[in-house]
Amino acid sequence: MSLDKATVAKIAHLARIKVPEADQEHLAGELSNILNFVEQLNEVDTVGVQPMTSVAPHKLRRRPDAVTDGGVRDAVLSNAPETAEGFFVVPKVVE
Amino acid sequence: MTDLTKLSMTEALAGMAKGEFTSVELTEAHVRAVEASRPLNAFITETPDQALAMASRADAARAKGEAGSMNGLPIAVKDLFCTAGFQTTAGSHILEGFKPPYESTVTANLWRDGAVMLGKVNLDEFAMGSSNMTSHFGPVVSPWSPGTLVQRDAGAEEGGFLSELTAAVRQPHPVQEWQWTRKLVPGGSSGGSAAAVAARCAMAATGTDTGGSIRQPASFVGIVGIKPTYGRCSRWGIVAFASSLDQAGPMTRTVDDAALMLGSMCGFDPKDSTSVDMAVPDFRAALTGDIRGLKVGIPKEYRVDGMPAEIEKLWRQGIDWLKSAGAEPVEISLPHTKYALATYYIVAPAECSSNLARYDGVRFGLRVEGKDLKEMYENTRAEGFGEEVKRRIMIGTYVLSAGYYDAYYLKAQQVRTRIAQDFEEAYKLCDVILTPTAPSTAFAIGEKMDDPIAMYLNDVFTVPASLAGLPGISVPAGLASDGLPLGLQILGRPFDEATVLKVAGVLEQAADFNTLPPFVAARG
Repeated sequence: MSLDKATVAKIAHLARIKVPEADQEHLAGELSNILNFVEQLNEVDTVGVQPMTSVAPHKLRRRPDAVTDGGVRDAVLSNAPETAEGFFVVPKVVE
Repeated sequence: MTDLTKLSMTEALAGMAKGEFTSVELTEAHVRAVEASRPLNAFITETPDQALAMASRADAARAKGEAGSMNGLPIAVKDLFCTAGFQTTAGSHILEGFKPPYESTVTANLWRDGAVMLGKVNLDEFAMGSSNMTSHFGPVVSPWSPGTLVQRDAGAEEGGFLSELTAAVRQPHPVQEWQWTRKLVPGGSSGGSAAAVAARCAMAATGTDTGGSIRQPASFVGIVGIKPTYGRCSRWGIVAFASSLDQAGPMTRTVDDAALMLGSMCGFDPKDSTSVDMAVPDFRAALTGDIRGLKVGIPKEYRVDGMPAEIEKLWRQGIDWLKSAGAEPVEISLPHTKYALATYYIVAPAECSSNLARYDGVRFGLRVEGKDLKEMYENTRAEGFGEEVKRRIMIGTYVLSAGYYDAYYLKAQQVRTRIAQDFEEAYKLCDVILTPTAPSTAFAIGEKMDDPIAMYLNDVFTVPASLAGLPGISVPAGLASDGLPLGLQILGRPFDEATVLKVAGVLEQAADFNTLPPFVAARG
């Protein structure tokens, strides 16, 4: 599998990481190497094999649908780069 | 008085119980050792005031007869565990300055039992690496790096116009300095933890292991490191990398210390949905030294191409040690071993791309402005993440993207099942498995950086058990011809840490590894 610059640009966009065009070629090479390395999995016969979703065969627990935490607005906001009046602030998204 | 930094934790507990020294004295000695070890760059944040406050609380608890199992023992915390009010960076620029308002369950358990926090230690960024070279806060230097103590005139460096005049009349100001002849990595990702424990500036440290991040650095610096079964330690409050693989564990200088600290760290936690509700056994009680009749599996697939002959030799030595203690070696086969790394490098990046989506410049950490919200995200993540982290996010994004999910991610999850089945089959024939921990000794800082896959090969012996969620320990077994430590790994059945520790104790006693790293030996 060999990735081209356009694919790298697409992945970078999906991952929300700015990759300058000058770096795309180099990154395409690096990512292609890794994908070529993992390609060896095609040798393994996996017909009828269940994909592993959890290493321990246990069911997820249930708990009563009750409030267990909360009332800590200021703690939640304490590490935010920008806040106003008890909210997170983001750049304008609606014109 | 004996050098308090050279004691094991169990020895220190005995000393404090007898009243030979207090936790404050023990902690002061370690705070000084942390300062003296700054050339290693092991700590991102030192917390000496907090350490001394916790030590006096531990002394007070002891006086009242309320000493916990870790009472008064100064330890370091990998900077991946959230510590309330103390910066937690994950080794990343994107989290620089982040002060969690809550405490991770594992560290909370340790503080509950009286442990003392010396500070937060360095790691590969988001625990992604095997060398500690990807940290935003710079690489950690292994205390095993060769070097010499040199005397230098500290006054001579002041430059400028007047300096020639003052130089003529000033007194020389000699300082002793450690000078490296070659800087080695401590392994990773728990590299700061490994270096701090090996350098005798922390009695122990917490580590986390996703594909070998406790066991490989333990092997590189000659200490003990155990990754328990997935689900033993709560992941709550640990910065997430790959959630189906991440497990916390202790890094210590003796097996007994590992048993002690693991007992404190683990336990059921309703806040982690994968935490297992199971009683925590008395791990120290398991260290009986009696392994007669135990079957030790030797996987034939772990003889990899290009592995140095001396690692093979040490492995054989380990087999002989266990045999003379009455265990029975049996050859086993783990046929999908060769596919473990490839599986890991799909599963781990996929989970990382999902977990790291939260770093968006809005709720915590770095923000780099852009013309709109989308550009702000892209700028923040481009500047905040390092190269390896970006590579893994992008690989993960790709293998999860429409059209590729089945070919890569689903396939890898199926091979992962196969790998776990290999172990299930093997454990019908044996009780534990013995392997080398890593395929080499520590390499120099800067090596293997231009080839990600060469770096990934470090984890060839540790990744399979991670994928199967099994417990594994690395025990220092000897020195290689280059004078650097090598570890042996013991893997066990799910939730059978007790047997893993018991066999590790036998290996430890047989190997009798007690060489000090040059950096510590020079300190005296």
